[in-house]
Amino acid sequence: MALLSDLINLDLSDSTPKIIAEYIWIGGSGMDLRSKARTLSGPVDDPKKLPKWNYDGSSTGQAPGEDSEVILYPQAIFKDPFRRGNNILVMCDAYTPAGEPIPTNKRCAAAKIFSNPEVEKEVPWYGIEQEYTLLKKDVNWPLGWPQGGFPGPQGPYYCGIGADKAFGRDIVDSHYKACLYAGINISGINGEVMPGQWEFQVGPSVGISAGDELWVARYILERITEIAGVVVSFDPKPIPGDWNGAGAHTNYSTKSMRDEGGYEVIKKAIEKLGLKHKEHIAAYGEGNERRLTGRHETADINTFLWGVANRGASIRVGRDTEKEGKGYFEDRRPASNMDPYVVTSMIAETTILWNKS
Amino acid sequence: MAQLSDLVNLNLTDFTPKIIAEYIWIGGSGMDIRSKARTLAGPVDDPKKLPKWNYDGSSTGQAPGEDSEVILYPQAIFKDPFRRGNNILVMCDAYTPAGEPIPTNKRCAAAKIFSNPEVEKEVPWYGIEQEYTLLQKDVNWPLGWPQGGFPGPQGPYYCGIGADKAFGRDIVDAHYKACLYAGINISGINGEVMPGQWEFQVGPAVGISAGDELWVARYILERITEIAGVVVSFDPKPIPGEWNGAGAHCNYSTKSMREEGGYEVIKKAIEKMGLRHKEHIVAYGDGNERRLTGRHETADINTFIWGVANRGASIRVGRDTEKEGKGYFEDRRPASNMDPYVVTSMIAETTILWNKS
Repeated sequence: MALLSDLINLDLSDSTPKIIAEYIWIGGSGMDLRSKARTLSGPVDDPKKLPKWNYDGSSTGQAPGEDSEVILYPQAIFKDPFRRGNNILVMCDAYTPAGEPIPTNKRCAAAKIFSNPEVEKEVPWYGIEQEYTLLKKDVNWPLGWPQGGFPGPQGPYYCGIGADKAFGRDIVDSHYKACLYAGINISGINGEVMPGQWEFQVGPSVGISAGDELWVARYILERITEIAGVVVSFDPKPIPGDWNGAGAHTNYSTKSMRDEGGYEVIKKAIEKLGLKHKEHIAAYGEGNERRLTGRHETADINTFLWGVANRGASIRVGRDTEKEGKGYFEDRRPASNMDPYVVTSMIAETTILWNKS
Repeated sequence: MAQLSDLVNLNLTDFTPKIIAEYIWIGGSGMDIRSKARTLAGPVDDPKKLPKWNYDGSSTGQAPGEDSEVILYPQAIFKDPFRRGNNILVMCDAYTPAGEPIPTNKRCAAAKIFSNPEVEKEVPWYGIEQEYTLLQKDVNWPLGWPQGGFPGPQGPYYCGIGADKAFGRDIVDAHYKACLYAGINISGINGEVMPGQWEFQVGPAVGISAGDELWVARYILERITEIAGVVVSFDPKPIPGEWNGAGAHCNYSTKSMREEGGYEVIKKAIEKMGLRHKEHIVAYGDGNERRLTGRHETADINTFIWGVANRGASIRVGRDTEKEGKGYFEDRRPASNMDPYVVTSMIAETTILWNKS
């Protein structure tokens, strides 16, 4: 009703200096996002000036009932596209009262890697292509698919338009604007090969910021699907068979790769990634073996191969990069449900810090 | 319809100095809130300047038909988030024409306790965590639950997001902004462990103001659910079985507790609360025995235990308070349907005025 949205959309800046801060954290499964809100006495733009908070870890599988407090450390601020005004979203990570990161806190170790001077001076850039699938609530079948059946085979849907080819664009477009409003570096969107599947890209972001921005972009997406009455899935192979999976390809470059002679640096980096293929794959998302089959634009999970313009490769180098002798490469292995803190820091660690023994 | 909301949202300040005052009181059950409106000649910001009024007590179970006038004494003013402009909400309490508080008027006795000089000088602060459940109209089954069935077990819903985990956020967010607009000290909101259950917190509020603010926050909530076509329940155990109940945890501190050495004052206060456990429990809300079972983050109703960071205790002390040697404690016993005038004044009376004989 009009009156409910009048209240939700109230601009409080005329009535009070107070603002609302929505603190966001990752729950016990490593993929469930949680959040709660608190009132602050005035606008804040520096995460260091935000108070720490705590939550009931026994309700998220992150602490026992008799010692349930988990502490939230604010790490990054974004504008709240739902409450607008001076209200903010705050990406946090989680610690014990003694100050230790809890086991599901992957940001802490990633931040350490990114603040290593060797890594810092290489200014690592990330562009993450987040794919996801929209499902109808209660039946958990993809949006736009017939009840108990399948749409026509893949072909018309990639970047398609029309009521018979694109399902859920209002969610995708509001997400795009909401992320831009929030201050997230969202660089684009497109409809994907499987109907009901979409992609957005975040980047270029530097270091730890890539993870912060992707997690908040995921949060905003699930809040939007909540409004739309639709479920979002980050499963890497939501429908078995001749239907594409969902990945989170990670584009990557360092200062050396972007400078003259960068192509040689890229080749050396890819070689190191190949030597650590198994370790990376283990950290690139649960259920990825259902997706990395060697078909549907993937390389088989047990194979490491790279190539220029090769979408069937583990790592793809763009033709531009080859031609100009510098640029970036795309790691196509991560699944849509990967943790960007883990993946981005691991790529930096392997390519910059790790030495082939 | 566009025209109805145009009228509801008319800004009268350009046409008339008159304002509308909505007088609010508590009805015969002790939990039903009633209100009616009157026109005043111009803006008023001091409750003492508002006229007393009266209502038909025989229609609310508060007076006999042949002598039905109950007198309303205005006690606190808030901005009206529904009518906006200079219009106001007025929290009142109820008296006989002879000037005696009627039996359901709990504010009068509470105000006496809070104006006792011993209590006044301790400046008692309250933070109340009001939990509540949203129910589908007519069937009175929780919002978002399948018809005639149950959702998946508790786990994903606490602070959760997404159409399959959070039900009714638009009500919660509209309520947050409406209360801030009204001038209520609402300090935060979060989704609760049971799906369809939510919580908001009011505080820190001093003395009698805690009760006024919580009652008006409840009023605003029920007016908002009315707009949304949803029913709000303050029952402490709306669904029996493996589903959390709803409480109104009361956080409390005095000046002595907030200062150096406060932790000792807190421990003495908790000891007194333990000695009066039965008296407090009786006043902490009807039906609480269905909720305080010792499971689902409660302590059994017949047991008094306190602990640091222990959500299974009657009274919980936060880790920060223990560490800093001063702070506040949380009485987790009150049910969601408690009367804040009764609970806040009783805690003050027991901890400040009562002496162990």
